[in-house]
Amino acid sequence: MVQNIIEVRNLSKSFDISTKEPGLKGTIKHFFRRETKSLKVIKDISFEIKEGEIVGFLGANGAGKTTILKMLCGLIYPSEGSILVSGYLPFRRKENFLKNITLIMGQKQQLIWDLPPIESFYLNASIYDLDKFEANKRIKKLSEMLEVDEELYIPVRKLSLGQRMKSELLAALIHEPNILFLDEPTLGLDINAQRNLRKFLQKYNKETNATICLTSHYMKDITSLCKRVICVHEGEISYDGKLDLLLKKLSPVKEILIVCRSEEDAVKLQNFGFTVKNKIKNEITIKIENNSITSSLKTILNNFDIEDLLINEPPIDEVIGKVLIKKDYDI
Amino acid sequence: MLEYRVEIALWAISGIIPFFMLNIWTNNNLNESIKISEVMLSRYFLCAFFVRQFSVVWVVFSFEEDSLMGKISPYLIQPLNPFFRYFAQHLAEQITRFPFALIIAFFFFIFNPESIWMPNLGILLLSIVSTFLSFLIQFLIQSIVACLCFWTEKASSIERLIFIPTLFLSGLLAPVVSFPAYVKSWIYLTPFPYLIDFPANLLSGNETNIGGGLSMQILWIFLLFPLFKKIWSEGTKKYTAMGS
Repeated sequence: MVQNIIEVRNLSKSFDISTKEPGLKGTIKHFFRRETKSLKVIKDISFEIKEGEIVGFLGANGAGKTTILKMLCGLIYPSEGSILVSGYLPFRRKENFLKNITLIMGQKQQLIWDLPPIESFYLNASIYDLDKFEANKRIKKLSEMLEVDEELYIPVRKLSLGQRMKSELLAALIHEPNILFLDEPTLGLDINAQRNLRKFLQKYNKETNATICLTSHYMKDITSLCKRVICVHEGEISYDGKLDLLLKKLSPVKEILIVCRSEEDAVKLQNFGFTVKNKIKNEITIKIENNSITSSLKTILNNFDIEDLLINEPPIDEVIGKVLIKKDYDI
Repeated sequence: MLEYRVEIALWAISGIIPFFMLNIWTNNNLNESIKISEVMLSRYFLCAFFVRQFSVVWVVFSFEEDSLMGKISPYLIQPLNPFFRYFAQHLAEQITRFPFALIIAFFFFIFNPESIWMPNLGILLLSIVSTFLSFLIQFLIQSIVACLCFWTEKASSIERLIFIPTLFLSGLLAPVVSFPAYVKSWIYLTPFPYLIDFPANLLSGNETNIGGGLSMQILWIFLLFPLFKKIWSEGTKKYTAMGS
């Protein structure tokens, strides 16, 4: 049986935020009597993640998904509740725990700006107690997986964003962590670079059975990497389960564009009993429930002279978007 | 890379305040009031320049920027306290600065040939140790102040407050011996005279209590280190990882 590697129970996090009114009066008031309010950004959440799982955290900006990742990796201290990651309390930042995890933030870098990435790799290798032979072996292996080569010897400031991100990944994975926390790792990358990064993460997960917790606003990252998603809405979990189940529930119908040979056929089809979205001359768009697609298509093909048909999947961004903007969406 | 070399050279030159002070002291014959010869005073200020070059610390500014911008987040989840990075950066820069400091000393001796001297090997080694201890004290003081970023976000303002007594009481502007006796007795209870005055007197060959000075430096390190550890551990609980 696969073990839980992450266990979160009744986790909450509050931040004290100071507020200031605009203008000179507000500034003077703020100087003498600062008003602060406690903002609860994570509200009593619980979940478990199994070893080797890839879990996507979905949520609108400010929903709290990055805060959850920061607490899971021990970067910030929880206000209430408990977290166990690989048997450790993350915020204690024990050496063995830190050697087992990594955090990659798409908008933050750890590489030394003025030096080639290889220098940062050797520095990280020393920090994680790797000898030169082992470090070189891992750098070679990871650079082959990431398809980076001569970039390793060029100062970081001269690299493109994609090259830099690959180098960041290499630096973050040199100690071969078995839990990866990725906060928008594909942010700002072009389509090819995004695809390569996703391929790499899939390969890394397959080869090392590493657990990956991922946040991303690019739905392609989520759909191609994560079987399970946790949707976060205003600090609470609004859905925790399989992604395909979520999609089926949120989008129970598919749209089918049918091009009939004649307009007469299109009219007949319009009156056949399907839910019609629209009809333009001999083209008709109908809506069919996911569970009756096969039977409905058989009926259509048997009874009508069809020139062409196209099944439209609803755009995933649109579907997921529904769950992100409404807390009690019926899922 | 030229700009980096120029920056290091400018850093080295920016530490020449002891030479200005030497000029003020000798032009006004102030050395007579503290019974130090002109030659010994010029050696003192040259040594103060050297000690300052190899003990100057700016960790509070680096840490404040990294903390406010969220840059320390990746370092916090590595099994190494981020202050070791700053420590290594300081050491690396000190080594880089060494040739420039030698060039400045060379010019100093050209204009003050009577000040040329060669400390014996034992004193030289003790002075290096003492300068390193001075660096450690300053690094710990600034690291403690830097950790206040977790509460105030603008710890460098507090560092400015500490800079004032450091400037006046460390021996950078005047040897501590020049202060009135009752003031001196208080100054020697603070860490400040062990930052510049003690190592500079030791290296320049002025009369100084070597054992007492080194013991006080070590004592301050032992007092400051646990304080740093405590404030670090409390501060990281307050860290909000803003900017990331």
